[in-house]
Amino acid sequence: MTIILLVVVPIMAAVVWWLLRQTMNVRPWTEQRPGDALPGDGVLSLPPVTIGLGVFLAVATSLFALLISAYNMRMEAADWTTLAVPKGLWVTTGVLVLSSIAMQWTRSAAIRGRIDRVRMGLIAGGVLAFGFLAGQLLVWQQLHASSHFVTSNPANAFFYLLTAVHGLHLLGGLWVWGKTTAKLFRGAAVGRVRLSVELCTVYWHYLLLVWLALFALLLSTPPRQNACTPDAVAICGSPR
Amino acid sequence: MSYVAHDESVFVRPAEVGEMELYHPKTFIGKYIWSQDAKVIGVQYSITAIAVGLVALVLSGIMRLQLGFPHVFSFINPSNYLQFVTMHGMIMVVYLLTALFLGGFGNYLIPLMVGARDMVFPYVNMISYWVYLFAVLLLMASFFVPGGSTGAGWTLYPPQAILDGTPGANWGIILMLVSLAFFIIGFTMGGLNYVVTVLQARTRGMTMMRLPLTVWGIFMATILALLAFPALFVSAIMMALDQMLGTSFFMPALISKGQHLDYNGGSPVLFQHLFWFFGHPEVYIVALPAFGIVSDLISVHARKNIFGYRMMVWAILAIGGLSFIVWAHHMYVSGMNPYFGFFFATTTLIIAVPTALKVYNWVLTLWRGDIRFNVPMLFAIGFIFTFINGGLTGLFLGNVTVDLPLSDTMFVVAHFHMVMAVSPILVIFGAIYHWYPKVTGRMLDDTMGKFHFWVTFLGTYAIYYPMHYLGFLGVPRRYYAVTGTDFIPESAQSLNAGITVATLVVGSVQLLFLFNLVWSYFRGRPSGDNPWGATTLEWQTPHTPPKHGNFGAELPVVYRWAYDYSVPGAEKDFIPQNQPPARTAEDAVDATS
Repeated sequence: MTIILLVVVPIMAAVVWWLLRQTMNVRPWTEQRPGDALPGDGVLSLPPVTIGLGVFLAVATSLFALLISAYNMRMEAADWTTLAVPKGLWVTTGVLVLSSIAMQWTRSAAIRGRIDRVRMGLIAGGVLAFGFLAGQLLVWQQLHASSHFVTSNPANAFFYLLTAVHGLHLLGGLWVWGKTTAKLFRGAAVGRVRLSVELCTVYWHYLLLVWLALFALLLSTPPRQNACTPDAVAICGSPR
Repeated sequence: MSYVAHDESVFVRPAEVGEMELYHPKTFIGKYIWSQDAKVIGVQYSITAIAVGLVALVLSGIMRLQLGFPHVFSFINPSNYLQFVTMHGMIMVVYLLTALFLGGFGNYLIPLMVGARDMVFPYVNMISYWVYLFAVLLLMASFFVPGGSTGAGWTLYPPQAILDGTPGANWGIILMLVSLAFFIIGFTMGGLNYVVTVLQARTRGMTMMRLPLTVWGIFMATILALLAFPALFVSAIMMALDQMLGTSFFMPALISKGQHLDYNGGSPVLFQHLFWFFGHPEVYIVALPAFGIVSDLISVHARKNIFGYRMMVWAILAIGGLSFIVWAHHMYVSGMNPYFGFFFATTTLIIAVPTALKVYNWVLTLWRGDIRFNVPMLFAIGFIFTFINGGLTGLFLGNVTVDLPLSDTMFVVAHFHMVMAVSPILVIFGAIYHWYPKVTGRMLDDTMGKFHFWVTFLGTYAIYYPMHYLGFLGVPRRYYAVTGTDFIPESAQSLNAGITVATLVVGSVQLLFLFNLVWSYFRGRPSGDNPWGATTLEWQTPHTPPKHGNFGAELPVVYRWAYDYSVPGAEKDFIPQNQPPARTAEDAVDATS
């Protein structure tokens, strides 16, 4: 549970700190005096959707941190056999990095108002993201073919779970990406989709970071062989 | 000093945030069923939550029948007794209290209180309700599947939750887990709305420090829920996988009925950590909105500003922050390093400090106030008593050495019902009596309300006070029947029978409350716009009930905090938040010169 604390405590500290600052040097009981300017209404001068995405990323961070915490705690048990990281993941990671770069490129094109580049970049970013998902599925298939089933070891179960949760998040992003792209190709001006493109880019980078963290976790898990041989069933539990 | 009419244009800046585009429904269905209006969504949430809460109320009645008069009712057997216990707990905590405070009150009050036309993402908000309803229906469906609903206890501890022999270990538990996952998804959509609306949609002049404490409570509770619910989500998904696919996240190697099961090496304690990492903040997810609402009820009905507004906000922040580092105090009996026990006992006791601060401030707000014993005020005062009682037994249970013998006894049942069941529900009743006039335009009947209060308040004491003694005797919780135990005297049974009678009385008086809700909707006394003389913005709307868009043509401008009651020299004993300050003659001279 250390990992989740390392994530949630700073988030809560930041929230509490920001809110605490709102309470400093104010005397809430005093009324507005004539002549004083009213305090502004937009405390954070950002569009609501941007804040909404920020809040959602905090929720997702908590989710992934909890999964990683669970992974670390479960790893200690005797029946854990570390999964050799499939080589294919290096390729999919590369594809996801490229997808993020394409989105970043699209974002700057959107800011400069270059509609042709925005179209190209969006398509590239989306296709690469789909490519990443296809690659992940391929890795699943290879694992399955080599008898690494979800039930045969907790390390495998975690691998499937982590990649699935990450992939579903990316699918959610692709849904927004699809809406944005469709809007653009129906002839919307760049200005109308700029915010969506920017937020998609942020989300893409976020999911890339999460993926890198998960990948690093898989790579750094110390290799360990299940101590349970068929002779030791009585101690370790049932054979598979 | 003479007052002259003031000229707003001198100091009102134009709005920085543009007017939001409202969705305008044309049909009845668009207006009341697939509605994007936060007020309608709030009412939908409330009605659904109360309906499902009634189911849980009936379940508690059945449980009490068994405990009070064992072996009299043949339709209760050991296995459906456990199912009733489980469903009662889970429905009350998650599907009633959380949904009603955040989904119900949050949706109705946040936009009105901060001076917004609606939530910032109305469409997502609508989806949030329908996902919640779907979760509720899934949960209700679990009563009717083969094997019935789960009987694992509301904490759903593995391994027993998914092992044969526990009622509902197949379909029941799966539906429960899936329903929880959907609840969390729906809540996250709503929660994004509540947070962003409070941050971004406040009207001009409404600084964070002019927000009513109701909004502060709901706001902080939402932040806690957004960060804590993923823990329940993760544990639900992982347990569902253990059940359906046969993974071993939580399931250790087991021999069941002489057979080795296919599970191996999983950790039930891991589940407990994840569950309580959600479970403890959940207590405050329910308590913080109650704290906020009760602060406002007390201030309005005592005609006095809340004592220590800033301190109240700090206490909310402190409680919210601390609530994430106390979870393992639910796990003392699971075994842990003594230093961890010491740490969690310490943080648990520290959290009592801001909480006690709030209690003192409520009492000090009442001190020398012009108290009106309206029904909402009765419930608010009832809350203070009950919350102090429940909180004090929490200090017992927070200490490792005291908790060990009391754990899993009726003492624990008495404690958490006092502190997080009865207390919040008293606030909910108070809040409904308080805001019903705004929602419907009519007052709830006063006589029925007072009767409802006294029976509920005194009745809950008749129910939960004796349970403390049962706990001291060692009567365990969740047992279908206690037989053949020498340490429990015969008299414990008479006490149990008495508790059951009180439960049935309190339960049936809730029907009177429901009748009052319906009857007053048609026959209640018209309330007018502001029957309580309250300062907050929801009472200053041009229409009661407020129309779509809340505030008519112009959004209100806020000039003061929410607690200007009995201000010396003021015309009335309250000054609405949107009433501009009077300007003195000297000011007018200054402005013209």
